[in-house]
Amino acid sequence: MSLLSVRDLFVNYRTQGGPVPAVRGVDIEIGKGEVLGLAGESGCGKSTIAGALLRLLPTGTEVTGSILLNGEDVLGMKPGRLRAVRWTETSIVFQGAMHALNPVQRVGEQIEEAILIHQQAGDREARLRVGSLLEHVGLPQRRIRDYPHELSGGQRQRVMIAMALACNPSLIIADEPTTALDVMVQAQVLKLLKELQREFGLAMLFITHDLSVLIEVCDRLAVMYAGRIVEEGPAQSVFYESAHPYTRALSAAFPAIGEGRFRRAPSGLPGDPPYPQDLPDGCTFHPRCPVAFEACPHIDPRLFDVTPGWRAACLLVDSAKSELEGARTPGSGP
Amino acid sequence: MNERNSPGEQAMDHEVAPPLLEVRDLKVTFAGRVGLGAGILGRKATQSRAVDGVSLQLRQGEVLALAGESGCGKTTTARAIMGLEPPREGQILFQGKRISKGLRAYRRKVQMIFQDPTGALNPRQTIYESVAEGLRIHRIHQGPHGQTEQELVARALSRAGMRPPERFFLNYPHELSGGQRQRVVIAGALVLDPVMLVADEPVSNLDASVRGEILRLLLQVRDDLGLAILVVTHDLGLAWTIADRVAVMYLGRIVEIGPAEDVLTKPLHPYTKALLNVVPEAGGLDRPILTGEPPDPTRIPPGCRFHPRCPEVATGAARAAGVEDRCRGEDLGLIELRPGHFAACHLAAVTVGESREISTSQP
Repeated sequence: MSLLSVRDLFVNYRTQGGPVPAVRGVDIEIGKGEVLGLAGESGCGKSTIAGALLRLLPTGTEVTGSILLNGEDVLGMKPGRLRAVRWTETSIVFQGAMHALNPVQRVGEQIEEAILIHQQAGDREARLRVGSLLEHVGLPQRRIRDYPHELSGGQRQRVMIAMALACNPSLIIADEPTTALDVMVQAQVLKLLKELQREFGLAMLFITHDLSVLIEVCDRLAVMYAGRIVEEGPAQSVFYESAHPYTRALSAAFPAIGEGRFRRAPSGLPGDPPYPQDLPDGCTFHPRCPVAFEACPHIDPRLFDVTPGWRAACLLVDSAKSELEGARTPGSGP
Repeated sequence: MNERNSPGEQAMDHEVAPPLLEVRDLKVTFAGRVGLGAGILGRKATQSRAVDGVSLQLRQGEVLALAGESGCGKTTTARAIMGLEPPREGQILFQGKRISKGLRAYRRKVQMIFQDPTGALNPRQTIYESVAEGLRIHRIHQGPHGQTEQELVARALSRAGMRPPERFFLNYPHELSGGQRQRVVIAGALVLDPVMLVADEPVSNLDASVRGEILRLLLQVRDDLGLAILVVTHDLGLAWTIADRVAVMYLGRIVEIGPAEDVLTKPLHPYTKALLNVVPEAGGLDRPILTGEPPDPTRIPPGCRFHPRCPEVATGAARAAGVEDRCRGEDLGLIELRPGHFAACHLAAVTVGESREISTSQP
């Protein structure tokens, strides 16, 4: 059984201008100790998924489908059970550690608070645990008494990670955990996350716009566009041999230094991601797609198998082509 | 700095042309934090040496990437070049003249593109007004060939890839996507017919799929209009895709500068190597990563400013080469170690000088 199993997730935000479909039918499976990367540009719905998993979205947001965490239905949980699940089974590391930490409370107390609320450990025991957590994330114990402003951005993010680990969760959702950090510190934090993940056998959902970061830390990679997963599979295959033209364009935005084909040749996509309220017909990517053909504006492709365990929502995938051919043969067509 | 060896004298194919821009030993300082009671205790305010002796040259039609981590002084260098920060020492020469003389005319020829296009555009101005603003500030009512303001604005928008330009005249910034807004910002720069652009992280606020198009636009205006472009970036991958030359900054100094191919594929300075090590790729986390964070520019270490974090010092490679004492005690400038390729490293100076082959810090 998967640790996290999301089926047919739809999320509609309620706005003055009517409902905005942010997530439109997403399936996600994460096994124990597995790291799934979720990539996509702003507005593609990736952070909405993070919010939906722990029911952190604004009230009134319409969430349908099923989210099973350890077999338990998150969407049907009573508030008390939900509070217990947050932090102890699943915790989140957010992007802006500056804003996620309380500026007028010592960082040690903030981590301790999570432990005390959830595990009823005694004060002494909790304090010892905070010290060992800080050491685990590479901060000296004396930092317990620091306020967030006394720490650098990287150190604050380490505190956030310590807090996420505080109640021994089995799944960590990391939403752009290194985006605000400098390259060197980003590498340090990524390495830390990867080491902790291995050490504790943690499962992780790692969300970021930066595809290149994901191939460093993830086993599998899912790429979202306009509220759907358009490609999903083993991280290296998806990044280096992308089957979907959108993934190809996205990975070209992270050029390999030293490779001739990227030298003096920046490549991008024309146009911009569509607004969720105003999605193109057929494949939502077709207006920007460099390889779109006559069927694309009419057929909204589901995920087709590229190889077992690797799927892409593109009519140019071989298995999609044969299906299209089949549909065109006399008798079976409309 | 030794003039003979300054990065200006680089072996370029067209040695004859004088540089468009020349920065000589630029220093910019900021008043550091004045602690509570500093006055009472008679403590002096510390000085933050944001830019601490930068020299570089930019030729017509050349793209130079100024790379480094935040706080290394790359943006301050760019702002000083724009005349937005007063230099404490050093000179900035444009077409052979100091920029402080005739700053207004200079600012017409050199345009800056900022990181955040949303912040750079007035939300209450139409796109037309935003692009025309530069013309109005510089009281340009006609183009060199008698074009009207409207024709100039349309041409600039069109060059920036906003076609047909008239369609966007009456739009407001919020009606455009991030990529389109950055194109408008670029149009606002191009409308004045500049000869040089200074672009500070021009794509880091944009979505990944849009970045390439904006970078391609920058290369295109360079090719079509012969502009020189100074790109400030933290992203060495970006430098690889657009720059002719790359300069890497650390703690207020350029520590390595040279042709992009050389700096990015055959780096000489351990800091450049460290930066290249953390460019994400599969298996990248197994490579050595520098620990700690750059020191505060109010407390620049003595000797080579990188030595406290330098893996070559830590692993004993510097000692083995007999340069460790110099690393710790002797500040140094850029040394030309390969044609046009300069680095400020005692170890590289010895190893490259001896064998023309560089040791790497990788095991």
